[in-house]
Amino acid sequence: MLKESDLRAEAAIMRRVVGAGDFFFEKLQKGQTLRIVDVEGNQAADTLFYNVEDISERYSAVDTIRTQGNIYLETGTRLISTENNVMLEITADTVGRHDTLGGACASESNTVRYDLEKRHMHSCRDNWMLALALNEKYGLTKRDITHNINFFMNVPVTAEGGLDFADGLSGPGKYVEMRAEMDVLVLISNCPQLNNPCSGYNPTPLEILIWDTA
Amino acid sequence: MTIYQTILPGGKHWSFTMRRGSTLRLTDVEGRGNAGMLLHNPQNLLERYNAPDTLKCQHTFFLTKGHCLYSDMGRVLCAIISDDAGWHDTVCGTTTRAMVDERWGKLTYQQALNDFHQSGQEAFLVEALKYGLTRRDMAANVNWFSKVAADDSGNLHYVENHSPPGTSVVLRFEMDALVLLHTCPHPLNPAKAYPAKPIAIQIGVAGAEASEGCRHSAPENARGFANNDIYLQHATVPC
Repeated sequence: MLKESDLRAEAAIMRRVVGAGDFFFEKLQKGQTLRIVDVEGNQAADTLFYNVEDISERYSAVDTIRTQGNIYLETGTRLISTENNVMLEITADTVGRHDTLGGACASESNTVRYDLEKRHMHSCRDNWMLALALNEKYGLTKRDITHNINFFMNVPVTAEGGLDFADGLSGPGKYVEMRAEMDVLVLISNCPQLNNPCSGYNPTPLEILIWDTA
Repeated sequence: MTIYQTILPGGKHWSFTMRRGSTLRLTDVEGRGNAGMLLHNPQNLLERYNAPDTLKCQHTFFLTKGHCLYSDMGRVLCAIISDDAGWHDTVCGTTTRAMVDERWGKLTYQQALNDFHQSGQEAFLVEALKYGLTRRDMAANVNWFSKVAADDSGNLHYVENHSPPGTSVVLRFEMDALVLLHTCPHPLNPAKAYPAKPIAIQIGVAGAEASEGCRHSAPENARGFANNDIYLQHATVPC
């Protein structure tokens, strides 16, 4: 369901542009709202969430889709943790649907999907790795990297069980917004993928906005 | 050649290490069973089965013969060399304690001894802790013998009676793998009573030719096997 937000950008307590191939790694407090803007369109925001109080509780793709009985994320979707708690709820969305089945690009999976000699190309997982390495204070390591959300990505599944990466439903200025139901760490990789059309072969910036509790 | 065989009763768990070149046949003895599985590389426990990577590189929402199970490091943990079921789920996770208690009633060990109602999450954790793995190492598991399809709108549908009695699936391991296995019900199983369904386990060996079909089922899998060849070459260099 498409739903525009009532929040005004001027009232945000944080506005930050994240270039392609860069990460965003910040705390979001319970009650705060996070907006991710696909500034130029056709971008993917590979996103993970962790409970600040207990990092072993984290966003769970499988628990989220099973709980809502649907594989696509949209307005009203509750993002469920590995302990089956609600971490955040999607409160506005001008895209239509988002993926959580496709995982993130990684140097290693790129060798399988495209070519062994593409292992050196930048990837979302390497981007997350750097974020974790530069922020040891949170105590997160590779073992904590689990199955993510791909905001703005369109990965349709057929009744016969086919799965593909289709042209995105997103476009310039489209956004998705979510309210935190617990204090969470937000880890976003602005996808640097150059080998498939999910970023239109031209990765572009995201903008992140945060609002305090209304 | 069978090395070992056993039956894991319903609602139980076990773990074991499969060696490269060994095969694992799982059989849904009574039908309508479910076998939850997670895989790790015993030489580097940080390397583990990755469901999204497995699905996206093979353009599939389910697992069956011809597919490979990939680690997060782009390698083939095992190949599905035979399958009677035609569809195995890997996107619905596993049951938690709260889910089991709510759906099928709380039944403790004190009440029922070994027939107590296990949850899939606790079953995985008990086995995981034996190797130094914790909640932080859990990932999306396979649910062998269970089918959950998505319609054109993305709505999930659990298919009842998907697996008749005697349904088997055979995996050939393409590298050593630690297997965490449980026989707890699928989290979307609507059965009125806790479905305690036994799964037969048969461990054997097979030559590389047994997984040739998987290696060549897609160019992605040829590259996955090539990654294994690079990783394993140190094991074949003469001293």
